[in-house]
Amino acid sequence: MRILVIGVNHKTATLDVRERLAFNGERLVDGLMKIRSLPGIHEAVILSTCNRVEAYMAVKNPEESSNTLLFFLSEFHSIDSNTLHKSLYIFSDENAVRHVFRVASSLDSMVVGEPQILGQLKDAFEFAIEQRATGMLLNRLMKKAISVAKRVRTETKIAENAVSISFAAAELAKKIFTNLTEKSFMLLGAGEMAELAARHMVSSGVREVVVVNRTYERGCELAREFCGRSAKYEDFHREMIRSDIIICSTGALSYILRKDEMQKVMKERKQRPVFIIDISVPRNIDPEINTLDNVYLYDVDDLQGVVDANMLERKKEAEKAEKIIENEIGAFSKWMSSLDSVPTMIALRNKAEEIKREEIERLINKCPDLGEKELKAIEHMASAIVNKLIHPPTVALKEDREDRDTLIAAIRKLYGINGEGEAKAESGNGETK
Amino acid sequence: MGVILFELSLIFYFSATILSIIELFKGSKATSRAILIVAVVGFVLHTGSIIFRYLDAGHLPISSLHEASSFFSWCIVLIFFSLEYHYRLDLLGPFTMPIVFILMLSSSMLPKEIKPLSPVLQSYWLGIHTFLAFLGNAAFAMAFGIGIMYLIQEHHLKTKRLNGLFQRLPNLQILDEVNYKLITIGFPLLTLAIITGAIWAESAWGSYWRWDPKEVWSLITWFIYALVLHVRLTVGWRGRKAALLSIIGFMSVLFTFFGVNLLLKGVHAFI
Repeated sequence: MRILVIGVNHKTATLDVRERLAFNGERLVDGLMKIRSLPGIHEAVILSTCNRVEAYMAVKNPEESSNTLLFFLSEFHSIDSNTLHKSLYIFSDENAVRHVFRVASSLDSMVVGEPQILGQLKDAFEFAIEQRATGMLLNRLMKKAISVAKRVRTETKIAENAVSISFAAAELAKKIFTNLTEKSFMLLGAGEMAELAARHMVSSGVREVVVVNRTYERGCELAREFCGRSAKYEDFHREMIRSDIIICSTGALSYILRKDEMQKVMKERKQRPVFIIDISVPRNIDPEINTLDNVYLYDVDDLQGVVDANMLERKKEAEKAEKIIENEIGAFSKWMSSLDSVPTMIALRNKAEEIKREEIERLINKCPDLGEKELKAIEHMASAIVNKLIHPPTVALKEDREDRDTLIAAIRKLYGINGEGEAKAESGNGETK
Repeated sequence: MGVILFELSLIFYFSATILSIIELFKGSKATSRAILIVAVVGFVLHTGSIIFRYLDAGHLPISSLHEASSFFSWCIVLIFFSLEYHYRLDLLGPFTMPIVFILMLSSSMLPKEIKPLSPVLQSYWLGIHTFLAFLGNAAFAMAFGIGIMYLIQEHHLKTKRLNGLFQRLPNLQILDEVNYKLITIGFPLLTLAIITGAIWAESAWGSYWRWDPKEVWSLITWFIYALVLHVRLTVGWRGRKAALLSIIGFMSVLFTFFGVNLLLKGVHAFI
C-alpha cells in the first residue's frame, strides 16, 4: 500500500477553480464515500479549506489511482479535466508524506505559520474516521503529521510574531501595557480595517470600548457589536482622556489631532501612557505626537514594517522547520517499509531460528553427555516445529490480500518483531534484492 | 574561611554576569534559569562570608569600604530575588548581575583587614542605621537597573525598531510600576537611615547634624528621590522621566557611597 496526495492550493489554482473543487457540507460526505469506493483506493481523507482542496489516500498503484481520481473529480465537480489537470499537484510515497507534514506545519500556507490549518486538518481527519474512510496507514500518517506540526510549533518560532497589521497592533499593545483587560479602548472612525484591528484588540482582552464616528448611528451599530458605547464625534478629545488605546481611521483629509491638543490631553491624563494606531490614509493624526512622552503613535507604514520584519523572521524559522520535517520523513519511511511482507517474513524466520538456536545451546549446556546422533535428531525435530509454526503466517503474508498491511502489523506485534528484528529484516531485504 | 567564601561568591557572581551577557545576545529559558541558579549559589556563599566576618569582628561587617560594598551587593541580590519571586520580569538578571559583580569586584580590590571599631561607634545603632541605609540603597540600585530596561524598551517603541531585546524585555507598564514600587520602598528606608544616623550621631559625637560631606550627599540623594515621588504624584512624571530620575538618583547614591569616601574627608571617613 502506498500514499497518494492529489490537490490544489492557493499557489496552483485560482480562487475560481478552488471554489468549484471545494467539498462543502453534504458534498464532503458524498465525495469522501465515493472516493473511498473507487477501485484501488483503500483509505481517504479530504481536506477542504478556502486555500486548498486535497485528498490523501492509501492506494495500491499511485499512477492508476491518480487517473481514476482525476476522472472522478472532473465528473463530481463538473470541471473540464484539462483545467483540472493544470491546477493539480500529485505526490506519492515520500513526497506525499513530505507534503502532508508541510501542510500540517503550516509551511505550505499562504501566511506561513498561521495556526488554523492544523485545526482544519484535525477536523478533516476526525471526519474521515467517523465515516470509516481511513485505515492503518492514513491514521498513522495523520497522527504523525499532527505531532510533527506540534514539534515544529514548539521547536521553532514560526508562529510567534504577528504577521497581520491588525494583529501586530494588538501585540504592540501588550508591550506597552501589562493587562489589556483593565485598559479602555476607543475606535475613532469606522473603516473596515479599523474594525478588524478593533476586533483583534477586543479578543486580546480589552473590556471597555467606545466608538466615535461622524455618523452617530453607524457608531452605535459598531458599539453594539463590541458591547461598548458610542460617543459623539465632537466629544472625541474628551473621550481621549479616558482611552488608553486608540485606533483611528476616519475619512478626514487633514490631521484631526495635533501636537498641542495632544499635550493638553496628556496633561489631563496625568501622563498615563496612550497607544495610538492611525491606520487612515491620508494620516489623521499629526506624526509629531509620537515625540511626546508616554505617547506611542503607529501608522500603517510602521505596522507594515513590523509585519515585514516578522515575516522575514518566519522565513528563517521555516528553514528550521523543513529540517525537522526531513527528519520525521525518514522515521516514517522506515515504518512504511517495515510494512513490506518480505522483510517481515525474513524477520519472522530469523526470530524463530534464533529461539531454536538458543534452546539447543541451553540443552547442550544442561546435558553435556548427549551423543552426536541424539543431538542431530533433536535439532531435526526443533527445525520441524519451527517450520510448521511459521508456515501459516508466512503463507498469509505471501497472499495478496486487502488487509495485508493490518496483517503485517499484527504479525509483527504478536511475534514481537521490532527494533533489532527490524534492522535484521532490512539487511535481509537487501540480500533478497 | 570568610575570605575564601567571599572569593568563591565573587566567582559565582562573575559567572552570572557572563551568563547575563549571553542571555542578552542569545537568550533562552535555560540561560535565565542558569543565571538564577548561579546567583543563588553565589548568594549562599556570600552570606556565609558575611557571617564568618561578623563572628571575627564581633559586629555587623560594614565598617570598612570593603565590607560595606560587599554588604551593599548582598542587599541588592536579596532584593533581586524578591523581585524574581514576585514579578518574574524577563531579562532582570542581566540588568542586575553586572551591578552586583562590579560592586563585589571593587570590594575585593579594597583592603580587607578587619580594623578595630572606635569605641564611640560601638552601639546597636551601627547595625540598625547601616542596615536600613544599605537596604534602601539596594532598592535604588534595582530601580536603576529597571530604569535602564525601561529606557531601552521605550527607545524600541518610539523609534519603531522592534527587534533584538524588544521581544524579550517586559512591557513598559510593569517596568514603570516596579521602578516606582522600589523607590517607594527605598525612600522610607533612606529616611529612617538618616534619622537613626542623626540619633546615633547625637549619642556618639553630641550633635545630630554636622554637615559632614556624607550627610550632605545623603541629603541630596534624599531630595532627588523625594522629587521623583513628588512629581510623579503631582504632574504625573512617569515613564521615561521617572526612569531617568531613578538613574540620576542612583548616581548620587554611588557618589555618596564611594565618592565621598575616596574624594572628600569627614567623620564618615571609615565608611
